[in-house]
Amino acid sequence: MNFVRTYSLVLILSGLCTFALAQTGHGDHPHPQGAEHPHPTEQAQTGEHPAEGAENAEHHEGACGHSLSIEPEFNAGDNAVHHISDANVIHIVGDMYVNLPVILKSAHGWKVGTTGMFHVHHHGNGEFANDGYVLVHGSVMRILDEKFQHGEFKVEDYTHQEIEEGGKAKTVYNAIIDGQCLRLESKTTYDGGILGGGVTGFSDFSITRNVFTMLLTFVILFFLFRSVATAATRTKGQAPKGLQNFIEPFYTFIRDEVAKPNIGPKYEKYMPYLLSAFFFILGLNLIGQIPFFPGGANVTGNISITIVLALITFLISTFSANKHFWEHTLWMPGVPAVLKIFILTPIEILGVFLKPFTLLLRLFANITAGHIVILSFVSLIFILGKAGESVGGSAAGAAASIPLTLFMMTLELLVAFLQAFIFTMLSATYIGTAIEEPHHDHH
Amino acid sequence: MLFLADFNVLKPEPGLLFWTTLIFLIFWFMMSRFAFKPIGNALKQRELDIQNALDEAKKAREEMSHLQAENEKLLAQAREERSAILKEAKEAKDEIIAEAKERANAEYKRKVESAIQDIENQKQAALVSLKNQAGQMAVEIAEKLLRRELANKTEQEAYAKSLADSIKLN
Repeated sequence: MNFVRTYSLVLILSGLCTFALAQTGHGDHPHPQGAEHPHPTEQAQTGEHPAEGAENAEHHEGACGHSLSIEPEFNAGDNAVHHISDANVIHIVGDMYVNLPVILKSAHGWKVGTTGMFHVHHHGNGEFANDGYVLVHGSVMRILDEKFQHGEFKVEDYTHQEIEEGGKAKTVYNAIIDGQCLRLESKTTYDGGILGGGVTGFSDFSITRNVFTMLLTFVILFFLFRSVATAATRTKGQAPKGLQNFIEPFYTFIRDEVAKPNIGPKYEKYMPYLLSAFFFILGLNLIGQIPFFPGGANVTGNISITIVLALITFLISTFSANKHFWEHTLWMPGVPAVLKIFILTPIEILGVFLKPFTLLLRLFANITAGHIVILSFVSLIFILGKAGESVGGSAAGAAASIPLTLFMMTLELLVAFLQAFIFTMLSATYIGTAIEEPHHDHH
Repeated sequence: MLFLADFNVLKPEPGLLFWTTLIFLIFWFMMSRFAFKPIGNALKQRELDIQNALDEAKKAREEMSHLQAENEKLLAQAREERSAILKEAKEAKDEIIAEAKERANAEYKRKVESAIQDIENQKQAALVSLKNQAGQMAVEIAEKLLRRELANKTEQEAYAKSLADSIKLN
């Protein structure tokens, strides 16, 4: 009976969340040029964008690429990618943004402030460039031109352009300041240029949306667990109550089902890490499920986060590995030397690195995929409604979208627990294999 | 406008790597120190307490059943003892009765014998005294007869007869 009630509550909440996300998407999504054309009028009236801004899109088409303030049509893929990405601001609804601290490092030194210095407006674009930095679609970028590295400049518009560089097609962003088309660069990423990133002129150490969510999760979990710990210590010799009954089963589950069977008698040493990883991932997964502020950040679906977690598992298992493990990895006893040198040892060494790699990829892919599917279902409303032109289409889209999103959100709730569990479980097995004592009846 | 090239969740970023490492390490430290350790200890303590309580209950139950068995044994023993005592008492009673009877019989016999003896003695004594009296009387009669010889014979006979009649053997 209780389960049914809880489940209904989850369904209702998911329904509400669907609406909220749909609204966010609506506020965020680009207005079509046909129906309202809000920007030119507004710009003309307020004089936000003087000369160049008031001109039509065709002007930029040739010289500086497509203007970002006039967008052709709703694209579900772009919309999803935008929502799962990290950002330097938190989008609430419409043109409301929460400014976050920015910490930037370039050849010119450190730059510390908040995104408030960019004066965020439509689509997360900043109205001003500050010391060479601008905000495009909620992300900080840097002007390459040396003349604009110091001081504040009004940005008239942002554009994107397809260019060919070194025989490769590339999309670049430009800022228009004083009628000049200025090339922008993205922050440094460590993908080696494979995914279009690479080491650039600046690195972003800001408290981004993801970092903010991690801090929030930290605080929530810490106070939650602190209260449980206090209760557990205070009510010594008494039956547990309230939150204790909610949290303690997780603890005993990780201890009895994950740590003990996989690690063995030395499990206690690794309990804090396994629990931390489990609750950190679970907390982030669940907060990422909330489709409105302060949730919705795709943190565990960002490879940087999963890299760090998998790396810590890798370091723990590698540094606690015993002689037995290394012997079996590098020089498997009872196998001919030729086989060992050419096949077994290389494979085993590869395996050592593949294990954390699968760990980081699995979590990343599951969470990102879940977010993309939900966002795609929500996008049905805008696709069928021709981006707001057709109310009937929107209604039909919503009718199709709500049950689908509801289903996905329920599934994602399961995935949130499942992935946190799988990460912890596999971490425990890797540690367990590394510290396993030799069986004498093995060979 | 964003393109697949902006699929930046797949690009490791120095900032995120740095902050995640920092936040997670602090999280790990704080949680183990202030949350997991006390919770773990409390849970372990509670499990120990519950196990102890269960063990104690089991022990108490065992002791109880042990006591009960002992009680039953004692009871059976008491019952046995009682019947033994009863039996003994009965035997003693019978013995006493038998002995009393025997003694009474003996006494009776003895008394009867002594009575018979007494009677015999008395009889002898009576006979002796009778003999003595009869002799004396016979002498007296003979003396009177002798004195009356002169008278007729009939008279003498009648007289003897009256004398003999006067002797009343009591």
